[in-house]
Amino acid sequence: MEQIIGNLQVLMSVPVLNIGLLIDGLLVGAVFALAAYGLALVWGVMNVKNLAQGDFVIAGGYIAWWLGNHGIHPLFGVPAAFVVMWGFGWIVYVLVIRHVIQRDLFTSLLATFGVAIVMQQGMNLMFGPETQTADAGFPSISMFDGLVNIGIVRFIGFVMAALLALAVVLFMKRSRMGQAIRATSQDARAARVLGIDTDKVYAFTYSLNAAICGAAGALIVMIWVIQPFYGITYSIRSFVIVTAAGFGNLPGVIAAGLGMGVIEQFGGFIFGSLFQQAIVVLLLLVVLAIRQMQQMRVRQVVQ
Amino acid sequence: MKALLYIAILAAGIAAPFVFPNYTNQIAVLWLMIVFALTWDVLGGQMGYNSLGNIFFFGAGMYICALFQIGLYYNIGEYTAASGAIKVDYTHQQYFTGLIVGTIAAGIGSSLLAIVFGWIVFALRGPYFAIGTLGVAVAAAELVTGWDWVGGGGGISLPTFPGGPDTAKQLFYFMNFALAVATFATLRWLYSTRFGLAINAIRDDEDKADSMGLHTESYKRVAWMIAAFFLGISGAVFGNMTGFIEPREVAFPTVTFGIFMVLMVLLGGKGTLWGPVIGAIVFHVIKEVTWTYLLGWQWIALGLLIIVIVVYFQQGILGWIMEKKPEWFGIVVEKKDKPAPRPSAAGAAVQPGAAE
Repeated sequence: MEQIIGNLQVLMSVPVLNIGLLIDGLLVGAVFALAAYGLALVWGVMNVKNLAQGDFVIAGGYIAWWLGNHGIHPLFGVPAAFVVMWGFGWIVYVLVIRHVIQRDLFTSLLATFGVAIVMQQGMNLMFGPETQTADAGFPSISMFDGLVNIGIVRFIGFVMAALLALAVVLFMKRSRMGQAIRATSQDARAARVLGIDTDKVYAFTYSLNAAICGAAGALIVMIWVIQPFYGITYSIRSFVIVTAAGFGNLPGVIAAGLGMGVIEQFGGFIFGSLFQQAIVVLLLLVVLAIRQMQQMRVRQVVQ
Repeated sequence: MKALLYIAILAAGIAAPFVFPNYTNQIAVLWLMIVFALTWDVLGGQMGYNSLGNIFFFGAGMYICALFQIGLYYNIGEYTAASGAIKVDYTHQQYFTGLIVGTIAAGIGSSLLAIVFGWIVFALRGPYFAIGTLGVAVAAAELVTGWDWVGGGGGISLPTFPGGPDTAKQLFYFMNFALAVATFATLRWLYSTRFGLAINAIRDDEDKADSMGLHTESYKRVAWMIAAFFLGISGAVFGNMTGFIEPREVAFPTVTFGIFMVLMVLLGGKGTLWGPVIGAIVFHVIKEVTWTYLLGWQWIALGLLIIVIVVYFQQGILGWIMEKKPEWFGIVVEKKDKPAPRPSAAGAAVQPGAAE
């Protein structure tokens, strides 16, 4: 308790530290927003709650890390992870997700939880349980007499996340497939009647989600560490962001993602890094409770 | 006939540790698994609230019991800070007082926690409930890891049983056995009362049940309290059985015991009284027999098993038998001109839980 108060006093007396935490939070939050956008896509279009979201992220991270070990700069891991995870997502769709789309929501939740366990343990067998990071070799810049240190790689990650998000948004708005995806999310049956192959749309959406997550993971391995069992935290982060923002609300997802990053950085600083994961999960409960209270106000007896 | 079956099971349960003394612990865990499956089914099967975080009460009970056992005679903070340096030599009387008080406190404390968390999570429906409860369990593991007063991530070692190790094994076996029998008897009685009908009504259509005048909130809370009570006690017993507790792997194992509960119920057939029991037995026996041969691949096998059961075999063993032989369960299938029962009608008649 004294430690928490002490940390708060440090923040009060050295206001520059706040700026450092804020920038760090925003840069990290951009990557969270990316993974959350993938979840919003799958949730909105297919009505599948993908609990394997975080494990896709970690898998993408391992792809970039593996490439880095073989002499390829981890920045090239981002497109590589995008492509490989695209294929992986397609395989998962064909084997599992296709069979649960029409079923109730708990079925898809549990099935993707199974996928998550298989992926966690598979990565554990392949890469071992140690935490790994890929060193991109960029310096960090100091501001305010060295009180604030921010790695250039985080800026690069931020820019790449923004570019990827922009590309996905343009794709959804402009391309034929993007139109089909949006039509399916509005009314799958009508879309089928009008000649859209919804099965293909679903497969495409799920693969796109896996690919986005993979790219996000490749960014995370450069700015942070990964470990086979860290996936669940990213899944929960994505759920927090999407639940707070509502799916189909891209500006909301971005804002919530950035906010999540900032809250996590401040929480980690004040309560100690031990509690950083707990903060994420408690945030989930808070968001769910608030959302529910909002809905309660409009709940009526007869539907 | 039915009475004979119950007597046979009771006799087998009592005789098991003497007939197979080498497998006492495995059979004790089997009874624990049955408790897990039965308590999960109260919400998941009978009430239609699929929880992924029931394991929270298991861990909570474990910690409450441990704190009582130690706290009765020592200063908890000093004990956990020394992390095993303080040697505990309890007399018989001290040990059993601690164990009994701790176990009762674990059950009651877990029920109280169920009220507190019920206030948050029962406002949620469907998948939000599942994710919310999962969040509670994961958050509990993280918070306990960071809480030094209860041992943090290093865990607590519990007082050892003053008798020999063989007596300890048998003691905990019979505690698990008695708990499983008590849970089964309680739920069997409960499902035959108005309460059972009420929670089934909540599963079938909560809004309608609400507007028909059922206090769905209090029914949901009581159902969760009952599940939490038995889970808390099971946590207390299991903690003492292993002798060492720790937040991530032992107390709040979301991806092992936490998911086993769901899996066993789905395997056996959810929404039935015997389904969870059958599922737990089949699952546990298969797991114990094959586990060591899988050489590191067992967790992948577990994940694949989840996927296969959820995707292809969700009605479970009992549900499948009900579909094939509805007359065994006293379900009358409507007959048209031809005597053969229509499979679609049979499926619709016996699976009220399937339509969510």
